[in-house]
Amino acid sequence: MKPQSRYNIVIIGGGPAGLAAAVAAKKAGEESILIIEREAELGGILNQCIHNGFGLHTFGEELTGPEYAQKYIDMVENEGIEYVLSTTVINIDGNKTITAVSRENGLMQIDAKAIVLAMGCRERPRGSLRIPGFNPAGIFSAGTAQKLVNIDGYMPGRTVVILGSGDIGLIMARRMTLEGANVKLVAELMPFSGGLNRNIVQCLNDYNIPLKLSHTVVDIDGKERLRGITLAQVDENLRPIAGTEEYVECDTLLLSVGLIPENELSKQIGVELSGKTNGPLVNERLETNVGGVFACGNVLHVHDLVDYVSEEAEAAGRNAAEYAAGRAGDSRQNEIDIVPEGMVRYTVPVRIDLERADEKTVVRFRVADKIPGGVIHASVEKNGERKEILRRKKRILAPGEMEQILLKKEDILGAERIIISAGTSAGISAGTDEKAGATK
Amino acid sequence: MIHELICIRCPLGCGLKVDVDEKSREVLSVAGNSCPLGLEYGKNEVISPMRTVTSTVTLSGGECPLVPVKTAHEVPKARIGAVMEEIVKAAAKAPVKIGDVIIKNVAGTGVDVIATRNIKAGKANELG
Amino acid sequence: MMFDAVIIGAGVTGSAIARELARYEAKICVLEKNADVCEGTSKANSALIHAGFDAEPGTMKAKMNAKGNAMMDKISAELDVPFERIGALVCCFDESGIPALEELLEKGRKNGIPDLEIVDAKKAKELEPALQDNIVAALWAQTSGITCPFELTIGFAENAAMNGVEFRLNTTVSGIEKTDGGYRIETSGGAVGAKAVINAAGIYADEIHNMVCGDKIKITPRKGEYNLLDRAAKGLVRHTVFLLPTKLGKGVLVTPTIFGNPLVGPTSVDIDDKEQNRTSTDGLNEVREKSSTSVKNVPLGMTITSFAGLRAHMDITDGSDDFILGETAEGFFDAAGIESPGLSSSPAIGEYIAEMVAKKLDLKRNEGFNPNRKRVKHLLWLGMEERKRLIEENPAYGAIVCRCEEVSEGEILDAIHRPLGATTLDGVKRRTRATTGRCQAGFCSPRIMEILARELNLPLTQIKKNGGASVEVIEKTRKGAQI
Repeated sequence: MKPQSRYNIVIIGGGPAGLAAAVAAKKAGEESILIIEREAELGGILNQCIHNGFGLHTFGEELTGPEYAQKYIDMVENEGIEYVLSTTVINIDGNKTITAVSRENGLMQIDAKAIVLAMGCRERPRGSLRIPGFNPAGIFSAGTAQKLVNIDGYMPGRTVVILGSGDIGLIMARRMTLEGANVKLVAELMPFSGGLNRNIVQCLNDYNIPLKLSHTVVDIDGKERLRGITLAQVDENLRPIAGTEEYVECDTLLLSVGLIPENELSKQIGVELSGKTNGPLVNERLETNVGGVFACGNVLHVHDLVDYVSEEAEAAGRNAAEYAAGRAGDSRQNEIDIVPEGMVRYTVPVRIDLERADEKTVVRFRVADKIPGGVIHASVEKNGERKEILRRKKRILAPGEMEQILLKKEDILGAERIIISAGTSAGISAGTDEKAGATK
Repeated sequence: MIHELICIRCPLGCGLKVDVDEKSREVLSVAGNSCPLGLEYGKNEVISPMRTVTSTVTLSGGECPLVPVKTAHEVPKARIGAVMEEIVKAAAKAPVKIGDVIIKNVAGTGVDVIATRNIKAGKANELG
Repeated sequence: MMFDAVIIGAGVTGSAIARELARYEAKICVLEKNADVCEGTSKANSALIHAGFDAEPGTMKAKMNAKGNAMMDKISAELDVPFERIGALVCCFDESGIPALEELLEKGRKNGIPDLEIVDAKKAKELEPALQDNIVAALWAQTSGITCPFELTIGFAENAAMNGVEFRLNTTVSGIEKTDGGYRIETSGGAVGAKAVINAAGIYADEIHNMVCGDKIKITPRKGEYNLLDRAAKGLVRHTVFLLPTKLGKGVLVTPTIFGNPLVGPTSVDIDDKEQNRTSTDGLNEVREKSSTSVKNVPLGMTITSFAGLRAHMDITDGSDDFILGETAEGFFDAAGIESPGLSSSPAIGEYIAEMVAKKLDLKRNEGFNPNRKRVKHLLWLGMEERKRLIEENPAYGAIVCRCEEVSEGEILDAIHRPLGATTLDGVKRRTRATTGRCQAGFCSPRIMEILARELNLPLTQIKKNGGASVEVIEKTRKGAQI
């Protein structure tokens, strides 16, 4: 397809976030929408996530990644939303002019009234970990290995060590095992895994793959192809403990050590990023500091479940449609800050306009540490006084889980600042169970 | 006999101790759970653990060389190996649609293996 | 097979010599043990074209560096190699260092280095605002420059190949024997004969030298470790910032690379094993600790990769440590001990050795020599109009493969199908910059492997990172597991 030179909404990325944003924008009445996708198919990374466990919240059934993606692809097709594939956006300027290239259409410039950033994230590579040693073939990020195995049909190696117990690493431990590899162990720097319990049980325990907590890789051996790694235990400061080194022979090292939102294009537009999430700082409309530029999905902050990506993206899509239709003001004057405190690392959004906000606003966040029996608080500040508006006890708060709360407009009207905090339940009387407003 | 396992019903990950009478295969007790979901999980996981198996099957004449598949329902955990053995030997022809049966009654489990992606006819490098 | 001249080693030195020898009518062959050119010291260094002020006056290092630097403008134009004279500052943070700084200036004058001056703290900060505030003075060397060592080596080699030089890759030399009128060289790919042999074997130059010469030499690999930062940190420094060596030792340098990524390093440790080009905990910690001595706020958290290079340090008993350049046995020429400033000296060494060999063999000028070569177009650095036109001419330039560095399939195809084209992932990397960005090959390596397999008509299981046993995938799935 050859795109036109002007759309009301251009969505950068045709993964789960971009697709849901497009459908929601269309349903909100916007007709002029274009999705730009760099891969040859819509669906993004879901296409290689062939395991199940997606969609329980959204569709009430457990789907595989491709099945979940197809539901949204079907909606995009049924709504007649335009998209271009194998097209890479190389620049977006402050006037929202998008420059993209493809084999089919060459270099094109497309003007947008509103832009939805939905570029997703990338995996943290070895280089940023400063693991000393050689730089041989056989070291892959878990997602790269996932593509090689599930899409291309090739095995990266036969004996595998996985560093990092993020969900992709755990999923790949099982996947490589089922395809005949010997997965020797999963090493996790932290004293706990960032992955879901379900994945620890069904991907590691089912196949007797040991999970070595508080362990890391301290050396890489093999000049041409990986021959082995040295594993070591780490102390409470995450530093390797001398004398605990153990050599493990392997021809493959998979890294599942974190995801980084891909915001290179956002920076070009002048979008302000959060030092915590590496994603844009957005208001309650999921709009960045650049008017009419919205963000959603893993480019905004890394999510735990795709269902929440879809939900967030739908909001971004609706808001983009409002903006493109001229129904949303550009004013930022009435926005107040939403501030994380205590164990809360960040919040999305970071700003809210109390007049403009819907009756309920979703605030998503993550905590910095595992807190059994944790409590989430939301408070408002006015004239230097703080008043709690929401308190929720949780069986556990964990960094691997995204949390969300709903702020009610009636509770926050007149506030000068909103504070979201979390901590242990110490000092909080038992029985103060979940207050109204909780969604999880 | 007491089986130790992690409950996966919520992020808490309770350590369960499930006592089973090995003769009658009956659960005598579940300890360590914080809620009824854990009780149920502990019982089922010890007596008859079930899993959905997902993998890929070689595809010919398609836009991709593989089609992802899953067991249409859960199969007994003990049968995963037998299911995989049939999956790696299976072959499919493009086009395929989500839900198409790729292997009927896989490994005698009574469960079909079905496609989980739509793949049109085309010419990818075939894996053979 | 009989050649007039055989060059052993296709690093920057061997490749420069090959290109200069191609100016003569002669049958020339380059033997390289690796799968590509630029696989040794040439690929892992500071990527600097030094001004040439710090070598001992009168040494080969001093002469070659000064001349090499001066030749770079012409060479970079002819070979289409990026080169920029950004200038260097040797920084002094202690009054007591001023005499040493003046000594350095004096050395530089003796070496004939132009545009050298000592600047005060104010001027130094003006030139380089990122310097630490306690800067006292600096030696400013305006002719110091940065280049891409991959491009320079590949440029020399490609241009040599275009002009008829034969390159035999994956070919290891195992022995050299004197014959009537030349040498017989045993290699992993059979024997070749040569009237003249040129030793440009980098850290292995001692082994090659000792196969022929009575007076044995020893080369010690001197390891240097570096951190390369994300291009998003571009502009951290404008100049190459050196630290004036003090009693407390040598600092690390901070410099922009030609592509904008800040580079911090190197360490300097002598090691025994020539195959140990690996980073170490100590080395990376040292880079980290020393990085902030001269420059403020080095964002080491933006490191995208760390690497180690081995310089070929010559152990000479008399205390000097000069390059060995010249005919050390009848018809046998050494370009040995080429450590820093080897990259900077390479154009001059190429010319120097080639002239010597040509004289020895009485070679005639090759009138058809074409000194020009064009590198793989890098669309990221072109203007939009130019880019648009190129994609219209060749739509493969519109298919982006490496998203971080915006490298297109067209550029990768060009890298594969040019003279001495890429056959490995690293070969593609060095010719196109694909995989060198912040995701470090995560997204694009499967795609590049596919393109290499298709274009070279090889199964994916034979596509390698950099030759030898460095395959990326080992077999097809479908083998199944015993569960």
